[in-house]
Formats: sequence, structure tokens, C-alpha cells
Amino acid sequence: MSEETTRHLVTLVVNGVVREAAVPARRLLSDFLRHDLGLTGTHVGCEHGVCGACTVLLDGEPVRSCLTFAVTVDGHEITTVEGLARDGEPSPVQRAFTECHGLQCGFCTPGFLCTVTAFLRDNPAPTEEEALEAVSGNLCRCTGYQNIIKAVHRAAEIQAETQVRPGDREGRA
Amino acid sequence: MKPPPFEYHAPVSVDEALAALAETGPHGKVLAGGQSLIPLLNMRLAAPSHLVDINRVGELNTIAARPGGVRVGALARHAAVERSAEAAAVLPLLRQALALVAHPVIRNRGTVVGSLVHADPSAEMPAVLALLGGSVRLARLGGEREVAAADFFTGPMESAVEPGELAVSAFFPAPPPRSGTAFQEVARRHGDYAVAGMAALVTLDEDLRIAAARVACVSVGPAPVVIDLSDACDRRPAASVPWDAVAAAVRDRIDPDGDIHATAEYRRHLTGVLAVRALKDAARNAGTEAADE
Ligand SMILES: Cc1cc2nc3c(=O)[nH]c(=O)nc-3n(C[C@H](O)[C@H](O)[C@H](O)COP(=O)(O)OP(=O)(O)OC[C@H]3O[C@@H](n4cnc5c(N)ncnc54)[C@H](O)[C@@H]3O)c2cc1C
Ligand code: FES
Ligand code: FES
Repeated sequence: MSEETTRHLVTLVVNGVVREAAVPARRLLSDFLRHDLGLTGTHVGCEHGVCGACTVLLDGEPVRSCLTFAVTVDGHEITTVEGLARDGEPSPVQRAFTECHGLQCGFCTPGFLCTVTAFLRDNPAPTEEEALEAVSGNLCRCTGYQNIIKAVHRAAEIQAETQVRPGDREGRA
Repeated sequence: MKPPPFEYHAPVSVDEALAALAETGPHGKVLAGGQSLIPLLNMRLAAPSHLVDINRVGELNTIAARPGGVRVGALARHAAVERSAEAAAVLPLLRQALALVAHPVIRNRGTVVGSLVHADPSAEMPAVLALLGGSVRLARLGGEREVAAADFFTGPMESAVEPGELAVSAFFPAPPPRSGTAFQEVARRHGDYAVAGMAALVTLDEDLRIAAARVACVSVGPAPVVIDLSDACDRRPAASVPWDAVAAAVRDRIDPDGDIHATAEYRRHLTGVLAVRALKDAARNAGTEAADE
């Protein structure tokens, strides 16, 4: 089929690194990341937008990579779970998930981590209600949400402790 | 669960998009936020041979709030409209309804206009447009038309958009002074499409009696069902409206279907209950609005 042989050069800045590959237009961003770039941290559960496992950050905002074509976001910035750590140190959200046993089997985790990272950036001190609403679009099928919700609040604490305070020039952590 | 192959078009202006749509005619489909279309492609429920991706058409990324109403461009995402303080000041109903559309992450990509064109009978934004008597502007190569909400939603998942046409914007008119709105729904899970629900609009008279009341119901017909309840409210203040009669009037006017989520009877019952809740909320909001005048 001629549509299948037409390839589009897609260039993305993924986790701060320029990456490119020539792919058919129908390549989902989730498959682009996993198959074409070898970044298998982004998981794929349902491929119709319901489970949230494939959530990545597009120019800083969480989106479903299974409901996005790679060609559509050509030229944009993507952050995947592989890009959340800083200088080899887990991010506050990653630390909190470890501490609170929010990782469980780990399948849904990449989506939760990306969603929660963006959420706490916009709302650094969420209420219980807001934290529940924030993760309501991510499904965990193996265990449950208690530890995940605990991790959201713990991440907010860690973030507050390690934040740059007025007067500080560097982060204190 | 992979989309079928298609020929990809990436216009950067409305003119280029219209040219691509004219060229591809019945074989072309617009790709906006992709939050309804890509699931359909992944499940192979649709297989258009051409997709015209409007995500680079910056001129469609607009939200214009004026005293008379809010015009939303085809690339304005649900989240952007929900966050817009200017839009909320003119028309609080936009934010009230958008908070119930899917999840925040879906709202980051999905567009308001895409949701109208998709015309899911359970979707919130078509009900909002129908309740307010808004319209959708459709462009094609060499022409444009404005279609009123009453003519726009033609059936389940069917709208008045014809092959070759692009919905460029939607207009949500502001209700008269001393009006209040609300959105109420029940869904199986948070963020799911509603089992039943509605947008409500109440306008008070100078003595704070209900002069006009209207609801637009979702999930109880092929398209949003608009019901005028002014008579049922009997021009009384909200505290003394015969609400049971209002609920009965709503139940009489709908003809819901049953499915795996709810029986027809349960939907009918729920719609009556939700109508009363939504109208009471709207009346309260109208009272606050009147007090602010
Ligand atoms: C898990 C999940 C839950 C959801 N829950 C809800 C919910 O509770 N309520 C709700 O209302 N929606 C819900 N949605 C759908 C969501 O709101 C979509 O964003 C919306 O229905 C379609 O908007 P879009 O921009 O993504 O359109 P697309 O998916 O890009 O397009 C949808 C259809 O409209 C056509 N189209 C889009 N824009 C135009 C245009 N400008 N001109 C002509 N044709 C156009 C396309 O060709 C296609 O046929 C949900 C989606 C998901 C994945
Ligand atoms: S794989 Fe994308 S939402 Fe489930
Ligand atoms: S941790 Fe196993 S699916 Fe959520």
C-alpha cells in the first residue's frame, strides 16, 4: 500500500535529547517511543485512552501517547518516565512511590509517575479530593490505589522539603 | 489495536486545510485532539484513507470571550477553555461542564469543537451548545455557513458536517441577566461518559421568581434533548416550585433506551432526579448573579 510506504521523518526532543526516526503516519507516539526509540519505560495497556499506563509529558503536559500520532507532535518535547530522574537521583515523585510501596507490580507506574509529576508542579499541596481527581484517569489493575494516593501526598512533602526557598540560591537537597 | 494506514495531510492554515478536505472529499477526515478518533482507528471501527491533521493550524487556537458569548476555535483544547477565566466570567457553564468531560489528561488534547462534531449523545458539550442555543461555523473551500445547534446534532455520532467541511469554531451565547447554570450527571466511574445528566439554565425575574427554566439532557436520546420547564416551575421562587411536578414533566418528555449500564426505567428516573438538582443549583447561581448586579 502506498500509504504504508510513505514515511515521515519525526524529530522529537525526548528527555532532553534530540531523537528522530522515519515512520508511517499511523505510528502511535507510544509505539514510536517503545519500538523506534527503544524507550520501553512507557507502558501500553489498553490503547484506547482508558488505562493511562502510556501517559507521557508533551511540552510538560500529560497526554495519552496511545492517542497521539508521532507525526502530529513532530518538533515537540516529550518527557517519559526515563526522564524524570535528575543526575541519577530519583525525582521526589519516584522517591515517594518507593517509600510508600506505590510501585506494586510496576505496570501502571510510568503513567502514574508522569501524571503526578505534572499535577504536583501545578498544585504543590493538594487536598485528598484533588489528589484523587488527579489520578482518577490512571488504572491500577494488580493491587489498588491506597499506597499510590499516599505516595502523591508524600511526594508533595518531599517536594516542599527540597524546594528552593526564597533567599536560597540553590535547592537545599 | 493499531490504526489502519492512511495518507497524512499537515496543513498549517485554514486555507490549506480546506484545500486538503476538498481534494479528499468523502475519503478525508479531520484529526483534531484525536481523543475520540484515534480510539476508533485503533479498534479499526473507522478506516479513513486520508487524515487532515489540524494541530498545526494556529489560527484555530482561539477563545474569544465577549459580553454576548464565547466563540471557541477548533484547536482550543478542553483544558484551555476550562482554565480560561475570561470564558468562565461570561459563561460559567463551560467550566461546570468541562470538569465532567473525561479526565484531565484527556482534556489536555481533546477539543471542544471536536467533541461537538463527534456528537456522542452522552457527551457534555453538545448538551451545553443545545441548551444555550449556540451554533457551529462550518467552512469549505469557497464558502462558510453557521449551523444552529438545533440543526447541528442530527443523530447519535452524527452532525451536520459534510464531506469537505471543517468546523472552524463554535459560538456559545451568554444567557440573559439574572441567569444561572449548572451541570449534573451520574457516571459509573469518575470521568466516564454519563449514564444520565443534564445542563440547566434558570432565569429569574425582578422579584427573583423563576421566569424561564430549561434543561438539555444527555444519554436519553440520539442527540441532546432540550426541555423547556418554565411552565412547570410556575413562575415561583425556587423554594416553592412544585419540584415533583418538574421531575415528572422531564420524565414524560424523554424516551431513553436501556443498555448494559442502565435500564431505560432507571435512566428515566435518574434524569428526573438530576433535573431537579441541576435546576436548584442553577436557580441558586442565578440568585447570586442577581445579587451581584
Ligand atoms: C477515556 C476517554 C473518556 C472520555 N470521556 C468523555 C466524556 O465523559 N465526555 C465527553 O464529552 N467526551 C469524552 N471523551 C471524548 C473527548 O471529549 C474527545 O476529546 C472529544 O469527543 C473529541 O474531540 P477531539 O478533539 O479529540 O476530536 P477527534 O478525536 O480528533 O475527532 C473526533 C471526530 O470529530 C471530527 N472532527 C474533529 N474536529 C473537527 C473539525 N474541526 N471539523 C470537522 N470535523 C472534526 C473528526 O473527524 C472525528 O470524526 C473521552 C475520551 C476518552 C479517550
Ligand atoms: S495504553 Fe494509552 S491509555 Fe491505556
Ligand atoms: S502496580 Fe500493578 S498495575 Fe498498578
